[in-house]
Amino acid sequence: MSTLDLVFAPLQRVLGVQRMGYFFVLPNLLIFGIFILFPMLLNFYYGFTAGDSILPENRQFVGMENLQTLFACGNFLDPNTCVQDRFWRAASNTFTFVVGQVGLMVVLALITALALNRQIAGRGFFRSVFFYPVLISPVVVALIWKWLLQEQGVLNGLIVLLGGERVPFLTDANWARFWVIFISVWAQMGFYTLILLAGLQAIPKDLYEAASMDGAGGWRSFRSVTLPLLMPTMLVVLVLSLIRAVQVFDQVYVLTTGGPGTATLYMVQYIFQTAFDRHNFGLAAAASLVLAVVLLILTLGQLRLGRASEIA
Amino acid sequence: MDRIISFLIRRQGRKRLTAADAITYLYLVAGTVVMFGPVLWLVMSSFKPQDTLFDFPPSFLPYQQESVQIEGYAEPLPLYDITFADGTTQRLAQVQRVGIEVRMIDPNDPGAEPLRINLREIQNRTEVRSTYFDTRNYTGGIASFPFLTYLGNSVTVTVVATVITLLVNSMAAFGLSKYRYKGRDAIFLVMISTLMVPVSVILIPAFLVITQVGWNNNLWGVIVPAAATPTGVFLLRQYMLTIPDELLESARIDGASEWRIYWQIVLPLAGPALAVLTIFSVMWRWNDFLWPLIVLSRTELFTLQVGLNAFQGALNVQWHYILAMTVLTLLPITVVFALLQRYITTGIATTGMK
Repeated sequence: MSTLDLVFAPLQRVLGVQRMGYFFVLPNLLIFGIFILFPMLLNFYYGFTAGDSILPENRQFVGMENLQTLFACGNFLDPNTCVQDRFWRAASNTFTFVVGQVGLMVVLALITALALNRQIAGRGFFRSVFFYPVLISPVVVALIWKWLLQEQGVLNGLIVLLGGERVPFLTDANWARFWVIFISVWAQMGFYTLILLAGLQAIPKDLYEAASMDGAGGWRSFRSVTLPLLMPTMLVVLVLSLIRAVQVFDQVYVLTTGGPGTATLYMVQYIFQTAFDRHNFGLAAAASLVLAVVLLILTLGQLRLGRASEIA
Repeated sequence: MDRIISFLIRRQGRKRLTAADAITYLYLVAGTVVMFGPVLWLVMSSFKPQDTLFDFPPSFLPYQQESVQIEGYAEPLPLYDITFADGTTQRLAQVQRVGIEVRMIDPNDPGAEPLRINLREIQNRTEVRSTYFDTRNYTGGIASFPFLTYLGNSVTVTVVATVITLLVNSMAAFGLSKYRYKGRDAIFLVMISTLMVPVSVILIPAFLVITQVGWNNNLWGVIVPAAATPTGVFLLRQYMLTIPDELLESARIDGASEWRIYWQIVLPLAGPALAVLTIFSVMWRWNDFLWPLIVLSRTELFTLQVGLNAFQGALNVQWHYILAMTVLTLLPITVVFALLQRYITTGIATTGMK
């Protein structure tokens, strides 16, 4: 301690007390600037240059060409008419995933939070059980389910025992899409359940008493008390989960690697493979700029909602 | 029995179980099966010998076929229950099998001549099984998969990154909350505006920076970039704002240096927020996948997540080892959760972040 003071005391004499603030901010600011802020700005440079070298000095400026390539489509609703059909498949897959995953998860998280908010025995246990998958790493989550969903796996075993046929869960396009959504809901739901539970517990009890005195039944008091007061929390949950869903990658990469075909190819995997497998850094950077714009819109939405509610 | 049931369904205020309660329990129990069942199945599977992994119908508990040591035979003999044509059942040890004929011996009468049984002439022949947790998947997995190397890398990354994160984030939060100087609000604003910038958006330039710094294929390349997390700064700053400035003033009057104020007054007071950040940081680093996947290409530097992915992506998937290694990867975070679950769940509920 005293040896550190030997270093910092002269510094403080030079800077003065208030400007010691610079010193405290500096280490974080350096790391942040070099590894986050600078790359963010550099990403624009990559997006507007071409060449297969990652070194900035060996790249040629091509203006909007990368973005034009991405958006070169005969018909935006049909990826086959696009120059970068994989980009559009990834975009439309991501859209379907986001709608399905966020929709299913918010509904299930709300139901679970309502169940856990009741006066029942074993609440702590159930809360832990629903939360536990949140902590499991995406790679492990994918492996757990890959094991269950095998052709020879336990789920197919149960189906055969009940007299059904084996289902190619991970090699059929629609089944694979379903399971990717289901597994990601499984892995993340507990987190949003906790936030909603905190929101539910913040609703004053006397409001319910007043409602029941006015003759409101269970459903009525849910609709007139719980839902409106939970809305701010719901919106936070919605935006947070949207932002995460847009970036879906690790679980799917381990589970299906985007397959079968391109059935579960999503945006981040498209960027990752375009950059590091195909070495088309310009195109990948342009795609990540598009992704960044989508995230920016969602984040701004969250900030507005955050200001509107007291929860965030 | 009636008393047990009425105890189980007793509620506060001694009211009886309502239909709503019953539905709630039904939902929660079904949910428990869906949420925890897959993990339990993984753990059970990891203890099954390789040749029983794909058995049909699948058995929940791992088992092995029972065998007996009979005098006159070098190896233990496997036990079967034989149901004869007349319906009688006998437990016999199998000596030899040739085509559809087996030679079996009664373990209770080892001296007798082995019975010759034609498999077509009996009703049924089933293995005698007993529950048995086989640890060979674990020992074999650790031997054939550099688990300990990956574990070491993961622990190094997690511990070092968390220490750095706590130090630089708390310093920055202190500098942003307790001092007045030019540019402070601008710095804070820039950091906060990148709060939601995920690594997936800056993969290419971030990789270039790492390469230029010489941290490609280096654990530092995994550790440092994510250490200055804006989320951590934000969380700690909001907490430090609640520490009264008078406390700092009186320490200054007593002659304490600014570093000392940070280290001996503010840090201890920010304990709860630091605890929450520690938990998050450990979780983030331990589970990190995309960034290490890009930075590390030499196998001896792989973290557990990257190594596990490479192992499962191999041409010849060795599920018996993968299952065991997956359980081992799952273990640390499960232990941490079991010990700290109260802090984790309240931490998330109050800060609303992950």
